[in-house]
Amino acid sequence: MNDPSKRRPRVGLFATCLMNVFRPNIGFSAVKLLEDAGCTVEVPAQQTCCGQPGYNSGDFDAAQALARQVIAAFEGFDYVVGPSGSCMATIRYDYPEMFADDPDWRTRAQSLAGKSFELLSFLHDELGVDRVGARLKTKATYHDSCSGLRSLGIKGQPRALLATVEGLKLKEMQDTEVCCGFGGTFCVKYPEISEKMVDDKIRNLLATGADTLLGGDLGCLMNIAGRLKRINAPVKVFHTAEVLAGMADGPGIGDAPQETR
Amino acid sequence: MEMRSAEFKTRSVFAIHDGGLQKAMGMLRDGFVAKRTVQAAELPEFEQLREEAKNLKNHILDNLDHYLERYEAAVTAAGGQVHWARDAAEAREIILGICHRVGAKIVTKGKSMVSEEIGLNEALIEKGMEVVETDLGEYIIQLADEPPSHIIAPAVHKTKDQVSDLFEEAHGGPRKTTVPDLVNEARQVLREKYFKADVGITGGNYLVAETGSSVIVTNEGNGDLTQTLARVHIVTSGIERVVPRLEDVTLFLRLLARSATGQETETYTTFSTGPRRPDDLDGPQEYHVVLVDNGRSKMLAGRFRDMLRCIRCGACMNHCPVYGSIGGHAYGWVYPGPMGSVLTPLIKGLDNAYDLPNACTLNGRCGSVCPVKIPLPDLLRELRHLQHKQKITPSLQRHALSVWRFAATRPGLYHFGERIAARILAFAGRKKGRLRKAPLASAWTDSRDLPAPSGRTFLEQWQSQRGKS
Repeated sequence: MNDPSKRRPRVGLFATCLMNVFRPNIGFSAVKLLEDAGCTVEVPAQQTCCGQPGYNSGDFDAAQALARQVIAAFEGFDYVVGPSGSCMATIRYDYPEMFADDPDWRTRAQSLAGKSFELLSFLHDELGVDRVGARLKTKATYHDSCSGLRSLGIKGQPRALLATVEGLKLKEMQDTEVCCGFGGTFCVKYPEISEKMVDDKIRNLLATGADTLLGGDLGCLMNIAGRLKRINAPVKVFHTAEVLAGMADGPGIGDAPQETR
Repeated sequence: MEMRSAEFKTRSVFAIHDGGLQKAMGMLRDGFVAKRTVQAAELPEFEQLREEAKNLKNHILDNLDHYLERYEAAVTAAGGQVHWARDAAEAREIILGICHRVGAKIVTKGKSMVSEEIGLNEALIEKGMEVVETDLGEYIIQLADEPPSHIIAPAVHKTKDQVSDLFEEAHGGPRKTTVPDLVNEARQVLREKYFKADVGITGGNYLVAETGSSVIVTNEGNGDLTQTLARVHIVTSGIERVVPRLEDVTLFLRLLARSATGQETETYTTFSTGPRRPDDLDGPQEYHVVLVDNGRSKMLAGRFRDMLRCIRCGACMNHCPVYGSIGGHAYGWVYPGPMGSVLTPLIKGLDNAYDLPNACTLNGRCGSVCPVKIPLPDLLRELRHLQHKQKITPSLQRHALSVWRFAATRPGLYHFGERIAARILAFAGRKKGRLRKAPLASAWTDSRDLPAPSGRTFLEQWQSQRGKS
């Protein structure tokens, strides 16, 4: 009975730190999309952070400690799925590297890595979801977040699914694959460089005339939204999953509660 | 040259507010990056060439001693001489020794990043020699008394107007304002120097073990005049630039121009093998190669070995959004951008260049365009790891990481903290949905609003809806 093909796949949802605190709607959107696609979704309470802040800051010990915790919490599931290319790239690519000198944990890390996916690539590539029933009348543009794009090859999947959203028109911006300047702790360690980078991103974004920015990583979206709000640019920001799940009818990221569509 | 990487933060902020620099950097993005994209797409085997080049470089590095010995034997057989320099000081001594022996007064130079790395110009000038850079970009920054800001386009930070000013002051006018006029003026000044030069110094893009040849590629032909017209030709190169066979050069040539400037090939590719032979119509009387180690054999032995595959094309910096925002000078030494952020700490010390590996979003664009597939983001992260282990990382960050680790390895505590944070931030941002200021978050809120949470965390809501799992 452990063959996932014979029953509903049992998915452990990786609830990323930023999503958990700042934008639970993304988590519920992910759950809806996964359940609509026939999955059983559980959210293990023993999870916290994937460990990336430690790993990218050079504290490999701390990163390993967090990785062990994630592996233990999730290795019993058929799949681990999260609404972030960045966190899921850490689990998928960095975990096996972190345990290069520890055969036991390396085996467990590799096993987890093999069944860990970013949400939209999981829906599209693994489950074969090719359309959604959502509707949103908007002219949107999509920012390719770096980890998802370069580590996980996320490029066509969100666009293919967004193309089935009734009323949504996607207008590509120039340099959509260039970093927005978030970079985790980079944005607070080098705030001036980060500001310059997000301004470049916003210039390209505004040039499309889009009224909505979409993307797959909340860190990047909070960075871009935070800057858009600071300069009073009237662009709404949503995670792609919120739109695909038909749950983008509330305020965008950084918008006031009454600023609904 | 003086090492100023410790001033990275200050200098990067100045760079962002330097209008001339920002104008110049915009042209870099639109030029090199766009052209490389076209070239890579037009060559169906481009990705395969990258893989082949990576593998060949790895093979060379696995057998570096063998190929270097073969190369030295071939150079000697052709009548040239190889000199081995363990570090920058030894390299300078060797070159000064040759210049002194031949009574050099004027030294012309083709473009050579190794000569920048070893601080050659200052040493030659200190000994009373006139040093003339003949690459147009290098000539411009020599007039401006500045280090290069890019490894293949050293004056990329200069606007045309700034070059007009420099030329007017150096050459005495009348002021030239068009690019062809500026180039012609430089050409006339430099032409005289080539003929008067006693020693011509060039870099070496490739050193061919099979034939003992050194290879340079240029777009101006200046390197050819530098190495052919002077009495003595000195090649300066890193020990990692050797290739086994003559035909191996073609693999790298196909990748280099496309990756660097987005050209199919550079205008001039020139092979030099030994000094002038009896029947040759021209060429130098002496031919020397100074092979510089300067930290490279240490890299060869450790986890930064991949960095020695670098062919110095500059694609990583052309595609780096941080480099594109601040230019090369902020990095504080001769190698900027992603490759420089790996090399500088390794050559000059981890603690002298703390910011370089850290001032990077790990977005991965550099690694994705590198023609020899150097995993630059992984190497930068590895440098952060070494800085952390050696306690070079600032103590505030180390403490913050300890606190984070303590909490994050205790799910109950972590979730409690998240719930508190979500409530406080939600309350503070309840009207506008965002905060203009938040305690301890000024680095974020100085330039951005902080989107506010809605109140209860996802886990909290999930558990009340569906129970704990």
